[in-house]
Amino acid sequence: MGKVLMKGNEAIGEAAIRAGCLNYFAYPITPQSEVAEYLSKRLPEVGGVFLQGESEVAVSYMIFGASACGARVFTTSSSPGISLMSEGISYITAAQCPAVFINIMRGGPGLGGILPSQADYFQSVKGGGHGDYRLLVMAPASVQEAVEMTMTAFPLAEKYRNPVMILGDGLIGQMMEPVEFPDHLKSEPSNKDGWATNGMDTRRSSTRNLVRTLYLVPEELNAHNLKLKAKYDRMIREEIRWETYNLDGDYRMLIVSYGTMSRVCRTVIDNFKAKGIEIGMVRPKTLFPFPKQAIYDAAAKASCRAAISVEMSMGQMVEDVELSVKGLKPVHWYGKCGGDVPTPEEVMEEVSKLMAS
Amino acid sequence: MQSEVQFAGFGGQGVMLMGQILAQAAMNAGFEVVWIPSYGPEMRGGTAYCTVVISDRPVGSPIIRNPQHLVAMNRPSLEKFASTVKPGGVVFINASIIPVGAGRSDVDELRVPIMEIAKDLGNVKAANIVALAAFVARSRVVSFEELTGAVKQKFAEKAKLIPLNVKALEAGRKAATGN
Repeated sequence: MGKVLMKGNEAIGEAAIRAGCLNYFAYPITPQSEVAEYLSKRLPEVGGVFLQGESEVAVSYMIFGASACGARVFTTSSSPGISLMSEGISYITAAQCPAVFINIMRGGPGLGGILPSQADYFQSVKGGGHGDYRLLVMAPASVQEAVEMTMTAFPLAEKYRNPVMILGDGLIGQMMEPVEFPDHLKSEPSNKDGWATNGMDTRRSSTRNLVRTLYLVPEELNAHNLKLKAKYDRMIREEIRWETYNLDGDYRMLIVSYGTMSRVCRTVIDNFKAKGIEIGMVRPKTLFPFPKQAIYDAAAKASCRAAISVEMSMGQMVEDVELSVKGLKPVHWYGKCGGDVPTPEEVMEEVSKLMAS
Repeated sequence: MQSEVQFAGFGGQGVMLMGQILAQAAMNAGFEVVWIPSYGPEMRGGTAYCTVVISDRPVGSPIIRNPQHLVAMNRPSLEKFASTVKPGGVVFINASIIPVGAGRSDVDELRVPIMEIAKDLGNVKAANIVALAAFVARSRVVSFEELTGAVKQKFAEKAKLIPLNVKALEAGRKAATGN
């Protein structure tokens, strides 16, 4: 199959099927309802299950249940819906069940608006639910990348027995771009006989599997948390992904930006280059684990006077950029909320101001 | 090289479809392409618009405030977006229902009575294809052959509509080029 022109939301739905996930539970919310619309038609065609829950809270526990039984399962939602799911997400991480959650972010807080936003960075990366847990968070910057990250998310969730979050924004969901579904990203579901409650008759075992999140003995709960931490530490060792742009020359500023915003910044860098001004960029593709070292190294270059985090939020990722740069250079922030995606011109004006100061 | 085309009109005029067909044609021709819809809280009968970016390299910013070309299907769209078009661009105007011009001397204004043309062909619903054909013939953002191919591809599942739309393409091209 060659390239096809697809809307991000529909491409995400198709990518999940291609990745071998045949279970999707969801509750509609703009700007990602097309995923449900698409899968309500497609999943029955391929023998899968499409089920609309009565609320996002219910959906998160349907995901928990299916995953605990050993099924590949995923859901999609947008910001307020993800807030409702966050309790379930905490339980799923505690129970060490693999699942994929996709957040096509809209503006908040509260009901906010329906236009693109990146204001759920903290929620995804620092934990929207309670307790010590982490999600492996990936941020696509194109429809093609949304497809590839969706397909990759399932085996990663199984590798870590932990939910993977894909953090896109309204534009990633709504825009159409040419996509292909790479065959090499197809994967077989892992063997879950060692832990899943998938029926003792199916796994030829006399050992009872138990999926639980309650540990009333303090030493046991501490040991459980240490086990979870070891997985998050392994993610930091093995899963950090990023991309650089224009870091070869003597750039005067370093932009850190992800998702749709990083595309705007690519245009910003091209426009500056045309004027003889070099600006570099590090684009995190995973937000947890975060490419700290890559950002530190890029900021450390002698020609680089400062770093700026450009995001569609009031300044969230900038905190991780500050931690990465470790005080070596000044770190600034620029962003807008409400769906008013900063234009290349607006970002250029801000960067120019900083360079002049 | 990058060109951006904004399509704008009432909901129901086929504005989103026009953009999708152009995007498909550009993709078939080997270009990088992005189709970006407006998806604000508009309702049926409200304004609808989309932007198509066609480029020979990966598309950076999908946010386009100043498109190279505009296809205005109704008066509010023309009044809202005419001033944003880059100098030298094509401003296509649905002359059937827009009695005014773009009010600019630095753009290539193209007025076509697409709804009368489509009615003469037997179906006013083909007006958007007449408009798209006229716009492409004038702006040459893609070749006319690629456009024709994309229209046939888009209507592949409703094959009985293909002859009408091919006629609409031809009529639109004639209206824009005079032959």
